[in-house]
Amino acid sequence: MDWQALWLTARLATIVSGILLVISVPLAHWIVFSRRRWTFLVESIVSLPLVLPPTVLGFYLLMAMGTRSPVGRLWIDWTGHPLAFTFEGLVVASLFYSLPFAVQPIATAFSQIDPTLREASATLGASPLRTFARVVLPLSIEGVIAGAVLSFAHTVGEFGVVLMVGGNLPGVTRTVSIAVYDHVQALQYREATTTALFMLAFAFAVLLAVYGLRRRPLAAAPIA
Amino acid sequence: MIRHSLRVILIACALPAVLAGQTPKKLAVAAASDLQSVLPDIAQRFERASGARVTVSYGSSGTFFAQIQNGAPFDVFLSADVDYPRQLVGAGLADASTLQPYATGHLVLWARRESKIDLGRGLAALTDKQIRHVAIANPKYAPYGRAAVAALRGAGIYDAVQPKLVMGESLAQAAQLVESGNADVGLLSRSLVLGPTLKAEGTYADVVAPYPSIEQAAVVMKASREPSLARAFIAFLRRDDTGKQLERFGFALPRR
Repeated sequence: MDWQALWLTARLATIVSGILLVISVPLAHWIVFSRRRWTFLVESIVSLPLVLPPTVLGFYLLMAMGTRSPVGRLWIDWTGHPLAFTFEGLVVASLFYSLPFAVQPIATAFSQIDPTLREASATLGASPLRTFARVVLPLSIEGVIAGAVLSFAHTVGEFGVVLMVGGNLPGVTRTVSIAVYDHVQALQYREATTTALFMLAFAFAVLLAVYGLRRRPLAAAPIA
Repeated sequence: MIRHSLRVILIACALPAVLAGQTPKKLAVAAASDLQSVLPDIAQRFERASGARVTVSYGSSGTFFAQIQNGAPFDVFLSADVDYPRQLVGAGLADASTLQPYATGHLVLWARRESKIDLGRGLAALTDKQIRHVAIANPKYAPYGRAAVAALRGAGIYDAVQPKLVMGESLAQAAQLVESGNADVGLLSRSLVLGPTLKAEGTYADVVAPYPSIEQAAVVMKASREPSLARAFIAFLRRDDTGKQLERFGFALPRR
């Protein structure tokens, strides 16, 4: 078993899903509840990584991180090294890659809340923030958890993007999916098998958790 | 009138059969990435000469080796070394009588034009502090990656350079890491950097430190449905005019 790669992947996915949770809750809230007409535009941009081949995303990220792009040069001037081939680089890449997997379940949960509940809260004098904390969030907590779990799992399963911007550095950018790929390429099927089996079990456990969560009747969610 | 439309129908029915008779034979070639710059032209000339359709897939030799062992339907394998084709022969997957060297490759240092690295200093330049990342093909499954590691060891600087190594899954990807300005310099094949894109964007210097010669060999798969066409393709590779073309892209030719 490739413990170094597993530990690296776990760290990456935890950090990414944590950051995504912080970004996605307000973003989903804005997409669902804003009255602006161009929310659909933001929604489309957020969902792009769902449709784009990872190689396209990886290609753009590689170009953006290199010395040929202004952003890449700015980062290199600032830190002294390019963002590619670093753990931070993978975090940035994964944020793009997994964003829709966090935003969509949360947005879906928000949109299913009965509008009269939010209106009642406002009529009773609650501030928007209080309404969010006491009404919206408790009612959609399952969607938020699903967003966190799915973005975590999706980051774990990331391959093409990491292959293109990672540089395959053990302990830094060699994630589990890359390690498995390496083993298979080198015909080390035994090593590949143990890690692959572990990943299969992990993926199945994640899906059991997500679908198990969804089976709970919505009415059972407590209204705080 | 009826007779006329009958004739039309008859012709229409016969058309697929006629077309099928004219369908060109197909040849699937698995080629090491270092051939990317020169092989498209060679394959096209072979198509014109033979009337066959040649499709070439590029990748690292180790990748194809693994794929072929698992039944990938290639007719010809152009490896960047001799070991992989030999092992396929040993495994009974390739035809021993077709195994032939077609070229010897060379390792070069390549950097983008605007880079300040003095490539003239050879591998020693890689130990400079200003060089943060050196791109190579993955030595686990790319012969050029293995040659790069051997050259660094031969120059006695492997331990110093090792922390800077970033790996592409093929030679072409290693080149892309440098071309995009993420890695400072790459240890690539001369054939690849003489291709139009890299030639325009960077400069190279031959690696003079000793490394095992990169003899590249071709072999025909036993499962090939077009064994004679596949043999003809390898023979075409070894023709004098093709050899000249390979030489233009920095290859040395095997002794006849």
